[in-house]
Amino acid sequence: MRYIGKKIPKVDGIELVKGTPAYTSDFDTNNNSLIIKILRSPHPSAKIIDIDTTEAEAMGGVECVLTHKNVTDIKFTLAGQSYPEPSPYDRSLLSDTMRYVGDEVAVVAAVDEQTALKAIKTINVKYEILEPVLDLETAVDNSNLVHTQEPHVNFDIGCDHKRNIASTFYKENGDVEAELKKCDLIIERSYKTQAQAHAMMETYRATASIDVNGRLNIMSSTQIPFHVRRHLSRILGIPKSKIKIIKPRLGGGFGGKQTASVEMFPAMVTWLTKKPSKIVYTRQETFSCTTSRHAMKFTVRLGSDKQGNIKVVDISALSDTGAYGEHAATVFFVTGHKTLPLYGRANASRYHGYAVYTNKMPAGALRGYGATQGTFALESAMNELASEIGMDPAELRLKNIIRVGDSHPDLDGNILQSSALDRCIETGKEMIGWDEKYPAVFLSDSKVRGYGMAVTMQGSGIAGIDTATAVLKMNDDGFFTLIHSASDMGQGSDTALVQIAAEILDVDMDRVIVVSNDLDTVPYDPGAYASSGVYVTGNAVIEAAKEMKKQILETASRLLNVEEKELEYDGGNVSGADKSISLDELAQKLCSFEGKDQLIAKGTFGGDTSPPPFIAGFAEVEVDIGTGKCEVTDFVAVADCGTVINENLARIQLEGGIAMGIGLGLYEDVVYSKTGRMVTDSFMTYKIPSRMDIANIRTAFESSDEPTGPFGAKSIGEVVNNTPPPAIAHAVYNATGLWITDLPITPEKVLMGLISK
Amino acid sequence: MKVDTSINGRAMTLECENGEFLAGALRRYGFLSVKEGCDTGSCGLCTIWLNGKPALSCCLLTARVEGQEITTIEGMQEEAEEFAHFMVAEGAEQCGFCSPGFAMTVLAMKRELTNPTDDEVKNYMAGNLCRCSGYVGQTRALMKYLEVHG
Repeated sequence: MRYIGKKIPKVDGIELVKGTPAYTSDFDTNNNSLIIKILRSPHPSAKIIDIDTTEAEAMGGVECVLTHKNVTDIKFTLAGQSYPEPSPYDRSLLSDTMRYVGDEVAVVAAVDEQTALKAIKTINVKYEILEPVLDLETAVDNSNLVHTQEPHVNFDIGCDHKRNIASTFYKENGDVEAELKKCDLIIERSYKTQAQAHAMMETYRATASIDVNGRLNIMSSTQIPFHVRRHLSRILGIPKSKIKIIKPRLGGGFGGKQTASVEMFPAMVTWLTKKPSKIVYTRQETFSCTTSRHAMKFTVRLGSDKQGNIKVVDISALSDTGAYGEHAATVFFVTGHKTLPLYGRANASRYHGYAVYTNKMPAGALRGYGATQGTFALESAMNELASEIGMDPAELRLKNIIRVGDSHPDLDGNILQSSALDRCIETGKEMIGWDEKYPAVFLSDSKVRGYGMAVTMQGSGIAGIDTATAVLKMNDDGFFTLIHSASDMGQGSDTALVQIAAEILDVDMDRVIVVSNDLDTVPYDPGAYASSGVYVTGNAVIEAAKEMKKQILETASRLLNVEEKELEYDGGNVSGADKSISLDELAQKLCSFEGKDQLIAKGTFGGDTSPPPFIAGFAEVEVDIGTGKCEVTDFVAVADCGTVINENLARIQLEGGIAMGIGLGLYEDVVYSKTGRMVTDSFMTYKIPSRMDIANIRTAFESSDEPTGPFGAKSIGEVVNNTPPPAIAHAVYNATGLWITDLPITPEKVLMGLISK
Repeated sequence: MKVDTSINGRAMTLECENGEFLAGALRRYGFLSVKEGCDTGSCGLCTIWLNGKPALSCCLLTARVEGQEITTIEGMQEEAEEFAHFMVAEGAEQCGFCSPGFAMTVLAMKRELTNPTDDEVKNYMAGNLCRCSGYVGQTRALMKYLEVHG
């Protein structure tokens, strides 16, 4: 292999570090753009009785004031999902009903920011303040409703707005109750996971203008350009052909930009005024007016025999989707779908419950997409079961994890075709020194180091739904353009896909340039989500590159007048029967009257299966018994992402995901006041891991060979988030004897637990 | 108002509104490497040099830089590229949005500290947040860079 499995620098890495313009705002340098600011609801639940914008509209420099009175009330979802989206159409551009603190009341576009902000202050709104639903656990059948009208759904997702239910899910494999009766041991535990902020460094932003063809041009920092275009077409009531989308590099997304939170505002302003406009969310808006991870509550029942053979896995859950149901059904579904197969050898399994509406900021996609939450619950329960049986938790995993050839109804495609999870566990144990140190090492009277572990899986693309196409074009001196539309938000899809193309074409990587930013030229791709970049788009690139090679041989045969079967292609030349033509010559001939042709190849992929990557995570947590403070002094993560396509990119994904998981485990928490206002809406109040908080993260890869994957690869982007919270909770237990069952594991919780023990 | 300053070694007059922060002004004048990420002086994305020392341009009033020397990464391209090679060798730039600010802090540290310990490095760099990398890759890149160029 020339490129696969190597440490390849990102194709655009050097220039990114040097600060070369690459992001939406770097290209959006039109100083005449209208600046958009939004007036937001101060109430979690309210009805606008009256809104007076007269003063704002009369103000010099104000070009556009939008309220529910003068915009369409068409309903839609902002979820970045393939059509028909499994999310309720429960939003409108601007509504008279406020469903969370931060919900949009009015949109103002003015010649500059100061004028827009001034204008917003002059808008008088009379609200009828309503009783909000702020608690996940009392949302169902609450007398107060978040949505009083029935939202449209494309198909049945169990939405019942009269009960504040956005989605209902029930799936049982085998007979759970009957199997539980046969178990020697049943444990039942409850867990809570909190909302988490994406906290990508580049806040949400989009810009709009009208081009010379009368088309609406949108440039946006988005993971889902094709879905954005579809949503905007519906919201504006104009054909998709009237909308051009440009998607530059993203300054991070983590799933946040899988919801089209901002594009509709400049789109509407520009479509109405025919003037360019832009919106750049403040950090406060990014925290409090977009989406977060779904907070969830779980009850887990595990049944086993005395030897620790798991017979039943039964999980019920409640998920808080907040004011709107973007991703409510799918995140809820994935929570079970990407956890139950882990212990697929059990006789019965079940996952069920509701995603409920509350008057909080909507939840949405966030790296892990429910599997993160489910892994905390399931893996914590597994650790508690190991403790009850008196078995090494690593042994319990090795005894029960799904193995190659095993099947599970929640495994897309049914049979597991690749896994190195057993080797991940063994390697992880060795790296952390499990056999010597587990369960705990006492450093002093006040300091204990506990050791804990967890395993996890995710998917690679969405089976039976995702489809991507890549195009390769040979240019006039024999270099290639790879045209695709996976969104590069840092994960390095542009680089990994060029590697794959260059590997098949057997050419230097710098002979393949990449275009991935303009929807007018790129073929369809659902977007950067569901861990699909390398697996789905990568497979499409393989097909495109193979097709290109075929075309090269056909063309050489024609130009050399040699039968194709006698020709060989070596990346530089096509040779046979004592004749040879270089790619350069071939390409140039195609631009001449003699050759007159252009080589354009396409490849398409859509997976029947979504092969799971796996990780075994091991935490060393130092607990200060006097203060309850927990510090992750070492974290070992060993991943099976199939073949590692690019070790640099895979490792950094793994390390970064573990850090994000440590944040979720220890301190990240989206907190609301009693009156429903988000209080963690800045980096001063919402803590993400800083350099000082991350001690050691050590990683390794145990490869497996996924037969459906490009060069045997599976995904790495999301699975990386999942093991830290349960592994840390386990380590804290081993250090203190306390099971912390609700995240994050703050010093207060540990200390209060120790005091009451 | 007009503010006379020097940016990357060239005299410049910045025209700005009263109360405008330097980060916004620099971007307006085409120094697009300067990113903003937090509005609260917390993230370090907007790090530039003020008279050779790292400063957060998002909390620095443009009016305050009258007569001062500003350096952005646009004025440090060669040195930045040297460091960038170490970053990309680890894949540590990831989304890249925090990288220019991070690099400016690294290059300042290289001038300020001689043979810094791991802790000194961590402390110096503490104000530069990154959500992608988990920091350990950045640290690897940085330590290898210091080994060769420190």
